[in-house]
Amino acid sequence: MGRKLLLKDINVPGIKSFEVYRKQGGYASVEKALKTMSPDAVVEEVKKSGLRGRGGAGFPTGMKWSFIDKKSEKPRYLICNADESEPGTFKDRFLMEYIPHALIEGMIVSSFALGAKTSYIYMRGEFRWIFPILEKAIEEARAAGFLGKNILGSGYDLELYVHSGAGAYICGEETAQIESLEGKRGNPRNKPPFPAIVGLYGCPTVVNNVESIAAVPHILNMGGDEYAKIGIGKSTGTKLISASGHINKPGVYEIELGLPVEEFLNSDEYCGGVWKGRKLKAVIPGGSSVPILPADLFLKNAKGEARLMSYESLADGGFASGSMLGSGGFIVMDETACIVRNLWTFARFYHHESCGQCSPCREGTGWMEKVLHRIEHGHGHMHDIDLLVDVAKKIEGNTICPLGDAAAWPVASAIRHFREEFEYHIKYPEKVMNPKHFEIEPFRSEKNLVMA
Amino acid sequence: MIKVTIDGINTEVPEGTTILQAARQIGGEIVPPAMCYYSTLKNSGGKCRACLVRVAAGSAKDPRPMPKLVPSCITMAQDGMVVENITNPQVLETRKGVVEFLLLNHPLDCPICDQAGECDLQNFAYEHGMAKTRYEEERRTFDPIDIGDKIKLHMNRCILCYRCTYVADQLTDNRVHGVINRGDHAEISTYIEKAVDNEFSGNMIDVCPVGALTDKTFRFKQRVWFTKPLDAHRDCPKCSGKVVLWTKGNDVLRVTARKDQYGEVKEFICNECRYDHKDMSHWTVEGPRHIDRGSVISQNHYEKVDLVKLKKDVERQLKFQEGKRLEQTNNSAE
Repeated sequence: MGRKLLLKDINVPGIKSFEVYRKQGGYASVEKALKTMSPDAVVEEVKKSGLRGRGGAGFPTGMKWSFIDKKSEKPRYLICNADESEPGTFKDRFLMEYIPHALIEGMIVSSFALGAKTSYIYMRGEFRWIFPILEKAIEEARAAGFLGKNILGSGYDLELYVHSGAGAYICGEETAQIESLEGKRGNPRNKPPFPAIVGLYGCPTVVNNVESIAAVPHILNMGGDEYAKIGIGKSTGTKLISASGHINKPGVYEIELGLPVEEFLNSDEYCGGVWKGRKLKAVIPGGSSVPILPADLFLKNAKGEARLMSYESLADGGFASGSMLGSGGFIVMDETACIVRNLWTFARFYHHESCGQCSPCREGTGWMEKVLHRIEHGHGHMHDIDLLVDVAKKIEGNTICPLGDAAAWPVASAIRHFREEFEYHIKYPEKVMNPKHFEIEPFRSEKNLVMA
Repeated sequence: MIKVTIDGINTEVPEGTTILQAARQIGGEIVPPAMCYYSTLKNSGGKCRACLVRVAAGSAKDPRPMPKLVPSCITMAQDGMVVENITNPQVLETRKGVVEFLLLNHPLDCPICDQAGECDLQNFAYEHGMAKTRYEEERRTFDPIDIGDKIKLHMNRCILCYRCTYVADQLTDNRVHGVINRGDHAEISTYIEKAVDNEFSGNMIDVCPVGALTDKTFRFKQRVWFTKPLDAHRDCPKCSGKVVLWTKGNDVLRVTARKDQYGEVKEFICNECRYDHKDMSHWTVEGPRHIDRGSVISQNHYEKVDLVKLKKDVERQLKFQEGKRLEQTNNSAE
């Protein structure tokens, strides 16, 4: 049984309400921080904990906080990025829906650490039903004196607002989120300047993921050094993984980083193995935008060492034979899954969600989607495969925001590891007419067949 | 003043200058192309990715190279920065990709497009593009619409540089047009086809790098290279009154603002000058408009050779070739 922090009390009845959450030891970190610590001490604890951003990039949270422009006399803002829309990721939704106070508590101590007097929770438009849950939680916290003027008599004021987006994936990008919050079209800004210097309304701003913020109270309660002991190497603490796809027990799991992937995939405590006794084909370990890995490379890295659920281990081998932990959207595919069809679905998503500001992403995502659609429906040519690789290469790294990279990586990695499947689709158009082609007859490599 | 090296040529520029502006001070072939950047419009740039360059050394203080290609139009030059533009194959390859992306959904209807001959995209594609497209799918299409009584919008041709929305934002009050929708379906629109009818709206036509926004009073009248451009001015209470008359015989076919060698208007003109004074007698003609030798419009135009400029061009070219040679010997020495 791994250690649980965020989801420790998930089974306590009524944990959604303030009274039960408080009884379980909630808001202790607010009391500790506001009464006994200085803001800088809080930042120092978070730095010591080695907490890394849970939104996908894995940038150390404490370091991000220390970049905020302290010299400027402008107000500072904290934005909680709850615009979780990556296909395969649903951990933040779970946390906000079932333990809303964990986020509110985290927001209070994080805002205190940054010196923010106004903080926002930017929530994805589709999470309409969570909106009243958070609003109610904020009201409860305010009634108990944890929000508003002069919190707990410490002289610190904080206003917390929930803002609902209009349903655009791009608004999960921090600068697009800031634009959207300002009431403009959600187009990412060019960086530099970074939000820590020029952010919301031109003021220093920090944007953090829901899970990162919810982890801060635990760090304060147990101390940064103690938190850093959980996990492995530079991947400290616990992480929520949203497991989906062809597994027996899909859902949100909290793991200690450093758990062997094999244990996570097969043990009954977590995913419970691939369903229906089928063979594992491929895994996307961190949400749709990270590179896909075939079963053998997922379980063991290129050197033959067993992989662990950690930022470093999953990235081992770079993009040639590795992937990323990303946001923790763990998508499992069994042998009946069609990689081309899956990739087309992702490409369609990125095409739909590209903001249309910079040309490589605007045009390239649409192009890739159309070519993949053609291949999947049996109208592809052999040169299309190299075309896709080339287009992906020209998008990657040349766009304003990481959406271009996110669209290009899955394509590049799928072709790198599953080129034969693409060729199969082109060689046998009549077989792939049926959308369930691999369910009828799983894909077999033709490499080792002897030509008659 | 800070020292910057671009493609082996050293130059000194004031602090706060972008790489693109520094390159423009040197001039010539090392200037990165720009499709969306417009020096007179605030916040423009960074979108088309045509001007991406490689920064081989960030600054004298921190000489590490930048990990990605950077948009030169919005990246500030630092003291001791070393920039590679046309000397870097990766940059040229990426630029080729950008041309291809821009042309994916852009109709190749140059023979019937009014912008042909003075189109930034045409020049850009001619210089950096491929002869053939690899795109087999259908292009996305829109119907041409009227935005205002004098401007026609062909959304098919738009490359979403956002320049016209910045003009509307920064030059005029009560902006009524903007970008709606997302991705490659994004379009410039007035939303419910409200008319754009303010005093300076005509400048949208001038800033458009392609034929998406065209002057309805000039559409299909004449190919631009058959007209004779003249510098002229008049006393205008609203604007500078400095314009270019595009004439044929004694007829004024079109009036536009004056563009510099990078296709940028420095002094915007009002709609009255643009549309209501198409008569030679209303203008004081200054003389023939200088058109760059590379442009098709300069066909059959004869000008005295500017010896000073020619000497400068040759010197710059020599310096550039010398820089390239040094770089090669450096590379082979390593």
